[in-house]
Amino acid sequence: MTAITIAKGLTMGLRAAMEADPKVLIMGEDVGKLGGVFRVTDGLQKDFGEDRVIDTPLAESGILGTAVGLAMRGYRPVCEIQFDGFVFPAYDQIVSQVAKIHFRSRGRVPMPIVIRIPFGGGIGAVEHHSESPEAYFAHTAGLKVVACSNPVDAYWMIQQAIASDDPIVFLEPKRRYWEKGELDEDAEPDPLHVSRVVRPGTDVTVLAYGPMVKTALQASAAAEGEGKSLEVIDLRTLSPLDVDPIYESVRRTGRAVVVHEAPVNLGLGSEIAARVTENCFYSLEAPVLRVGGFDTPYPPSRIEEEYLPDLDRVLDAVDRTLDY
Amino acid sequence: MSNSGAAVDLGEVFGPSHRGDEPDLVQLLTPEGERVEHPEFTFDLDDEAIKGFYRDLVLTRRIDTEATALQRQGELGIWASLLGQEAAQIGSGRALKPQDFAFPTYREHGVAWARGIDPLRLLALFRGVDHGGWDPKEGNFGLYTIVIGAQSLHATGYAMGLQRDGVIGTGDPERDAAVIGYFGDGATSQGDVNEAFVWAGVFNAPIVFFCQNNQWAISVPIEKQSRAPLYQRAAGFGFPGVRVDGNDVLAVYAVTQAALQRAREGSGPTLIEAFTYRMGAHTTSDDPTRYRLSDELESWQKRDPISRVKAYLVAQKAADDDFFAGIEQEADELAEHLRSGCLAMPDPSPLDIFGQVFAEQTAELQLQHDQYADYLASFEGEHA
Repeated sequence: MTAITIAKGLTMGLRAAMEADPKVLIMGEDVGKLGGVFRVTDGLQKDFGEDRVIDTPLAESGILGTAVGLAMRGYRPVCEIQFDGFVFPAYDQIVSQVAKIHFRSRGRVPMPIVIRIPFGGGIGAVEHHSESPEAYFAHTAGLKVVACSNPVDAYWMIQQAIASDDPIVFLEPKRRYWEKGELDEDAEPDPLHVSRVVRPGTDVTVLAYGPMVKTALQASAAAEGEGKSLEVIDLRTLSPLDVDPIYESVRRTGRAVVVHEAPVNLGLGSEIAARVTENCFYSLEAPVLRVGGFDTPYPPSRIEEEYLPDLDRVLDAVDRTLDY
Repeated sequence: MSNSGAAVDLGEVFGPSHRGDEPDLVQLLTPEGERVEHPEFTFDLDDEAIKGFYRDLVLTRRIDTEATALQRQGELGIWASLLGQEAAQIGSGRALKPQDFAFPTYREHGVAWARGIDPLRLLALFRGVDHGGWDPKEGNFGLYTIVIGAQSLHATGYAMGLQRDGVIGTGDPERDAAVIGYFGDGATSQGDVNEAFVWAGVFNAPIVFFCQNNQWAISVPIEKQSRAPLYQRAAGFGFPGVRVDGNDVLAVYAVTQAALQRAREGSGPTLIEAFTYRMGAHTTSDDPTRYRLSDELESWQKRDPISRVKAYLVAQKAADDDFFAGIEQEADELAEHLRSGCLAMPDPSPLDIFGQVFAEQTAELQLQHDQYADYLASFEGEHA
């Protein structure tokens, strides 16, 4: 067992993937000598060379567009988008090309591309550095979307994403990059597209992913003191959703709260609420509630804690669903 | 600091706002069918090869004519005509080696022909049967890309892949490879094309950017896309650019062949601007009479890419009536192949689409497939 951070888990996972397959490439802004602005690719260019860890020109569409061509040539590009808000210059290539080429080619041309995006707020940053763009990608047919929440998942999930023949948007909870956990490299990891109960409970199911898993766990600890038992599920896979563990849990608890930083309007919570309602209707004791960002652009950082769901806002929703 | 006087004319201090010194096009065969010399570029194939080009040009035009007719008869949803651009496409397409890779727009029917793609596969796309029914690895010809300019980055990335595969500059003519990326004059305004230029320049990628400047982006003339001649843009990205007579198949072949060889040897990218003209509408849905004058069309008709080759072959006595009649016969057969093949083309099954989204199927899509199959089955017997 080794104590590692999420950032370190990602670095180790990237290194393992590069060692396992010479076709794996890393490309992005500042990923080479600097090791990325969050140091996730630290040391990789030194060990694997400039042909495999590519400092790209500063243009996100160029990163994804050239990754498409490299994938067509048999490579497995791992593209780093420096911050969530900078993915949009690449949005066209992601949505119109990366997501559609397998379908366009009727399955002849796979797109084994991983798009790493540090996402979410809470780091006191300027505009465009704190966003949660996952719903755009989860809504896009042809993309898979996952989010890791802890160092162990970071280590395994990045390797599984790289090994996948499908394009995967890989969301990294940037404000949790330095959270620690114990990694057992010999353990058998869960499959990539699986949700997991991270804290069992009986009264309310709390569904979260990425940075909000920790918040949900804090809420469940606080609720325990008040005699309320929260079951926390780390969704891990946002598209496709792994719905069975969600349904199984909600059928037991009868109540569900979905938590994410992204605005609730047409966010992941909306889809989950619809699916739970459709599939667990007779088990529900209360409507599915959503806790998330407001339908405002991400606010200036001095007030970002007001925007981001925290322990109290999760508990408030828990109380509302229990009181329903 | 003084505001008085007029010591410096700010209109001139930075130099002229664009270069007006446009050189002549690279041309090796005049519109009248006469061979001419060029100091840098030579066409080094024999008359048999030119007869082969003639056949390609005529057959490509026939594909276009037949497809346009099929669209008019309701058999295709739309067709993007290449009328007038046959030489640009055949000249460049025939310069490719088997190991080279071509990234087309949606109008590269002549390049597809040169790469051995059955034109019926092109019709399937425009009929609405599929989004691209050929295997890009057979013929090394990418799928048609409809978002303007997007493929220029794919082409650049593929070229970077060639570099990493070590198939550049080995000196082995069977092994060294290059990429050609096609786009039009309108696409040069896109960010993706400019980013592709940046990438290709910085990484010295083995790529030829082949811009068919057909003067019109639907209804918008080239003057509204670019103040500078397009080939001159390459200089700003650090690689050479050249303008070639896009209606001269010999010049297009010679220039493209040289640029591809330069790329294969590891000397990096080239921008070729093939100066040509879109003789037809943008697509069968377009009406060019709303935005351009017939004089312009008439002046370009005199520069037709096919008639000059025929004039040359006749003047050289390199081809007789039997040769030309044989090509016509072949064109008729090709048209018949397209017509009967198009009419016989089955519609795809709606249930097939669910399995083509991912390499690894998801439970959700499988469920949607199954539910839709059940839904369809629920109608069985209703209209018996």
